[in-house]
Amino acid sequence: MNRTHRLLVLLAAVLLLTGLAVGATLHAADRAAEKDRAQAGGPPVRSGKVSLDAPGLAVFRNMAWGPHRDEIASVPGGDLTGPRRASGVHCLRFHTAGGTGICLQAVHSGIRDSYRAVVLDARLRELRRYDLAGVPSRARVSPDGHTVAWTVFVSGDSYAGTAFSTRTSVLDTRTWTLDRNLETYRMFLDDRPYRAADLNVWGVTFADDTRFYATVATAGKTYLVRGDRRERTLRTLHANVECPSLSPDGTRIAYKKRVEGASSDAPWRLYVLDLRTLRESATAERRNIDDQAVWRDGHTLVYSLPGDYGSDLWTVPADGSGSPRQAMAAALAPAFTGRS
Amino acid sequence: MYLADSRTAPDAAPGRHTAPGRRAAVPGAVLALGTVSLITDVSSEMVTAVLPLYLVTGLGLSPLGFGLLDGVYNGVSALVRLVGGRLSDRGGGRHKTVAAVGYGLSAACKPLLLVAHSVPLVGAVLAADRTGKGLRTAPRDAMISLACGPAGRGRAFGVHRAMDTAGALLGPLLAFAILRAAADGYDAVFVASGCIAALGVLVLLLFVPRQQSAPPRPPRVHTRTPVRELLRRPGVRRLTGGAVLLGLTTVSDSFLYLTLQRRLEISESWFPLLPLGTAATFLLLAVPLGAVADRFGRRRLFLCGHLALLGAYGLLAAPLGSSPALACLVLVLHGTFYAATDGVLAAATADSVPAHVRGSGLAVVQTGQAAARFVCSIGFGAAWTAWGDRTALGAAAAGLFVSAAVSALLLRPSPTDATPEPAR
Repeated sequence: MNRTHRLLVLLAAVLLLTGLAVGATLHAADRAAEKDRAQAGGPPVRSGKVSLDAPGLAVFRNMAWGPHRDEIASVPGGDLTGPRRASGVHCLRFHTAGGTGICLQAVHSGIRDSYRAVVLDARLRELRRYDLAGVPSRARVSPDGHTVAWTVFVSGDSYAGTAFSTRTSVLDTRTWTLDRNLETYRMFLDDRPYRAADLNVWGVTFADDTRFYATVATAGKTYLVRGDRRERTLRTLHANVECPSLSPDGTRIAYKKRVEGASSDAPWRLYVLDLRTLRESATAERRNIDDQAVWRDGHTLVYSLPGDYGSDLWTVPADGSGSPRQAMAAALAPAFTGRS
Repeated sequence: MYLADSRTAPDAAPGRHTAPGRRAAVPGAVLALGTVSLITDVSSEMVTAVLPLYLVTGLGLSPLGFGLLDGVYNGVSALVRLVGGRLSDRGGGRHKTVAAVGYGLSAACKPLLLVAHSVPLVGAVLAADRTGKGLRTAPRDAMISLACGPAGRGRAFGVHRAMDTAGALLGPLLAFAILRAAADGYDAVFVASGCIAALGVLVLLLFVPRQQSAPPRPPRVHTRTPVRELLRRPGVRRLTGGAVLLGLTTVSDSFLYLTLQRRLEISESWFPLLPLGTAATFLLLAVPLGAVADRFGRRRLFLCGHLALLGAYGLLAAPLGSSPALACLVLVLHGTFYAATDGVLAAATADSVPAHVRGSGLAVVQTGQAAARFVCSIGFGAAWTAWGDRTALGAAAAGLFVSAAVSALLLRPSPTDATPEPAR
C-alpha cells in the first residue's frame, strides 16, 4: 500500500468512525430530550409552592419525565400516588427535617459539571452553599433541622487510576461550622483507638443535633459507628452495616447488610438492627437494596429500587412481616415532614 | 556509542541527515507513534473522566472497593509489560505486532463498557484495558528508540510524551462536551471512545513502519532469560537500581495532591483541576527538557528531575503559608519532574540496552520503577496514618535526598556502559 492508499483508507475510517460517534451522540441527545416531555400515564406534576414545615407531606426528587424532572416535589403523605407539586429546585439528592432542607445539586457551568450542597429554609430558599469534591451520594438532616450531613464520592485523578473514596461532611446550620471530613474524627474500633489511611465514612443518620450514626469502612470491613460532633469521635457498635437509618424513636437502625451467598454485584439486603440487643432481623424485602432507607413512621421503611424512570419508591414493614409494595413510581430521596 | 547504535538502529529517514549544528527532524515513525498515543489517550481519558459519574449516577452503583482492586490491576499491568517487552524482542518487526495487539485489546474494551452493568464486570473490562496498556508500552518505547539516532533520543521521547499528554488533556474535554450535548449520554461517550481508539489502532497499522531489518542478534551462547541477561549488564543494573531507589521515594500523585489540598487549604472544587497543572507543565516542558537531556546527559537530567520533586516536597513540608502562587509552583515543579524523568528514563534505558533486547530492557526498568512507586505508596500511606501528612512528607523528602545521593553515584557516566553489546 502506498502513501495515497493509506491516506484514503484513513480518510474513509475517519468518516465512518466520526459518523458512528456523532450518530451515537445524537441518539443520546434525542433520548435526553424525550425525558423533558411528559409521558402518558405518568403521575401528574404541576408547579407550585413546596414547604418543608407543613406536616404530613412526602417531599422527594421527582423522576417522572417532563418539564419538572429532577425537581423537588411534594405530595400529601396519605396520597402518595396523587398529583405532585414541583418546586422548581433541582436536586440529585435531598433530605429534610425540622424545616431545614439539604439539596445536593449539579452545577452546569464551564466544561464539566461541578456539584454543590445547598442548605434550604422551609420555603426552599437558599441559605448557604458549599462546593463539593465529588459526585453526591447521601444527604441527611437532623430531626430538629440544626445539623446536616452529606456524602460524596471522590475519585482519583487520571494518573492515579480508578481509586474511589467517600468524603462525608457535617454542617451546623446555626453556627455554620463545617466538619469537612469525618475521617478526621478520632476513631475507636471495639473501644480501642484506631488509625488507618484507608478509612471511609458514609451514610450519616442523626439521633439529635450532635449525635449520629454512620458507616465506616476500613481494611475491607464495614462497621456501624456512633458519632459525636462535640467529642469529634466515632465508635464502632456492630459489623457489616452500610447506610444506616435511625428509627424515629431512636431504638432501631435500618440498613443494608452484605449477605453471604449473594452475587457480588447485588450483595445487599435490607435489615433492621435493634440497638439495645444488637439483634439483626431481615425485612420481607428480598431484593438487592442499594439505598439509605427512610422511616415513614415507627413501623414502615421506604427505599428506592431501580425503575423505568430511574427509581421507584417501595415500602416494607420494619418488623420483618408483610411484603414489599410499591409506594410511588418515578421518585427518589424521599423525606416525610412532621413525623413523630 | 553512536557508531554501535547507528549500525543496529538505522534512522527511519536515512536521507535526511542534517548538517552539523542544525537539529535533525523528529523521525516520522516517532510522530506516527506520538499520534497513536495522542489518539489513544483521548479515548482512554474520556472513559476515565466520566467513569465515577457513570457508576454513581448512570448505574447507581457504589464504586467503593474499586480502590482495593487497583493495586492488583497495577501489578498485573506491570507483569504484562514484561511479557510484552519480551515477546516484542523476538525480531521480525514483532514490536509493531505486540503494540497493535495491546492497542487493539484496549480499543475492544471500550464498547464492552456498554454492556457491563455491574462493578465486577466494569472492573474486569478495566483490567483487560490495563492489560492492553501493559502489553503495548515496552514495544512502543522500543520502536521510538529504534526509530531515531541516539543523539536525538531524548527529544524524540519528549515529543512522544508531549503528544501523549496532549491527548490526556483533550479526552476529558471531549467527554464532557458529549455529556453536555446529551445528558446522561454515557453510552455515546463509550461509543465515541471506542471509535477514537479504533482510529488509533488504524494509524498504528497504516503509518508506523515495521522495523524489518531485524537488529543483528548475537548468537545464543547461554539460554538465559532476557531479564537475567539484561541485569547482568552493569549499565542496565545501575540504571534499574537508580530508578528503583528513586521510585521508592516518589510519592504517588494522589497523595501529593491530597497533601497540597490540605497544606494550602485549596477549595474542594479546585481539587479536580490540580492534575491539569501537572499535565500542562509536562506538556510544555517534555520537548525542551528532552532536548536538554540529549546535550546534558539523560541520566543526569533524570536525576535532576527528582530534585524538582524534592523541591515540591520541600515547599509542601515547609511552613510557608497558603498562597495560590505556592500551589502553582508545586504543580510546576511536579510537572517538571515528569518532563525531566518520564521520557528521559526511556531514552537513558535505550542507551544501555542493545537493540535486540530493547523492549525487554525498557520493560525491566519501567516495571522496576512502577513496583518501587507502588511500595512507596503503601509505605507513605502507613506513615501518613502514623505521623500525619507533614511528617510523612518530611520523611519522603529525606528519603528522596538519600536516594538521589546514592543514585548520583549509580548513574554517573562510566566508560563500561557506553558501548552496548555488539562490540563483544
